[in-house]
Amino acid sequence: MNGITDFELEDARPAREEVLSAQDLPGLGDLSERLRDLLEDAFAEYDALAEPRAIAEELSLADLEGVLDGFDGPVEETVIGQVYPRAAAFALYVATLGTPLAERIREMFATNDLGRGWMLDAVASSGADRLSTLLSARFETKLGRNGHSAPRVLPYSPGYCGWTVRGQKKLFARLGPEQIGVTLNDSCLMTPIKSVSGVLVSGPGEIHRFRPDFGFCDECKTRACGARMASVLRR
Amino acid sequence: MDILNHIAESLRKGEDQRVGTLTREAIAAGVPAADILQEGLIAGMNVVGDQFRLREIFLPDVLLSARAMYAGLEPLRPHLAKAGVPLRGKVVIGTIKGDLHDIGKNLVGIMLKGAGFEVIDLGHDVEPEAFVDTAVREGAPLIGMSALLTTTMSRMKEVVALIESRGLSGQIKTIVGGAPLSPEFAREIGADDYASDGSTAVERVKALLGVA
Repeated sequence: MNGITDFELEDARPAREEVLSAQDLPGLGDLSERLRDLLEDAFAEYDALAEPRAIAEELSLADLEGVLDGFDGPVEETVIGQVYPRAAAFALYVATLGTPLAERIREMFATNDLGRGWMLDAVASSGADRLSTLLSARFETKLGRNGHSAPRVLPYSPGYCGWTVRGQKKLFARLGPEQIGVTLNDSCLMTPIKSVSGVLVSGPGEIHRFRPDFGFCDECKTRACGARMASVLRR
Repeated sequence: MDILNHIAESLRKGEDQRVGTLTREAIAAGVPAADILQEGLIAGMNVVGDQFRLREIFLPDVLLSARAMYAGLEPLRPHLAKAGVPLRGKVVIGTIKGDLHDIGKNLVGIMLKGAGFEVIDLGHDVEPEAFVDTAVREGAPLIGMSALLTTTMSRMKEVVALIESRGLSGQIKTIVGGAPLSPEFAREIGADDYASDGSTAVERVKALLGVA
């Protein structure tokens, strides 16, 4: 799990239904012809331009606490703060789809090719999320081979659930994602834009269970935590 | 079906090249620029907005029509200026500091331009001071802010606080939007309004600025 990984494009390609669902669009069967054409164009661009890769490092609990140190408030008042003390293994990661794809999206919007730009952005967003899923699966497989009993891995990322984007500063300082071409600006935003960062947390499925009644939960519109918990608890 | 209806229908279908061609034909035929804008382009975009609100079409459909809107506005703009057709007002927009998601903000900008507003787009990752300084410098009576991360939306309150501390309340109004936001959040931070999408944003901006 340590080091740089280059993904096969077919592994890093999101499913069409996944892209449509994430964007609150109808399923393939109910999609209009012109939106289907937009979607297929976007996948063609994605296949031509995506350069999926990641860098990861497994950490001890003490090292993870060093990365998590420095929250704006008490770390236990965040989801990651509640989960990690019960976990068995951790790995920091940054994954990216690379610069050419990000540049193409930017170019499309700059030239008012808005519909195509939006759809390519949607495919790329799902693609970036898929990289977190791929890394989680690989970590699970590795831990299982190393004797961990039924490991269940979920990624936790700065910018969500109480962990601010500033959390990426320590993560970047530890991991060095510049090695795969990902940098962090002063506002803690990653370049290229279709990049994801976080920590993979492993343990029995139950460790990922929490009550979504934090203060920041009131502001959350997606409520993705329910599906995330279910994905590890029902296996 | 006259040429203005053709423009509106082609815009609704997202046929950008056809909208551009028809707009040029209408100009050449002497149709007043204001009529081409209102009864062709804006009329078409209004139908798109209604269909979007009713979920008959979706965001990428709206964007295809927005591209068609631009295709019509491009040849029309110099004729609008020559005819003295006034813009409806200036709006400063941007994605708040710490956030880089800007598709929603871009869409709002497109819809506002299409509705005849002058839009000053500050981009993403915008400092609170930049919103207010730009609005003052440009004489813009409205600031629109976007955020997609729950961890960045709280910075919008700083913009409202700056407006108050500089004695500009009432002179500069604020409207906010973005997936994690809500009308309750807007009230909580003292923003003047909230919009859930681009079409709604246009209606809310018109109401805030008292334009038809």
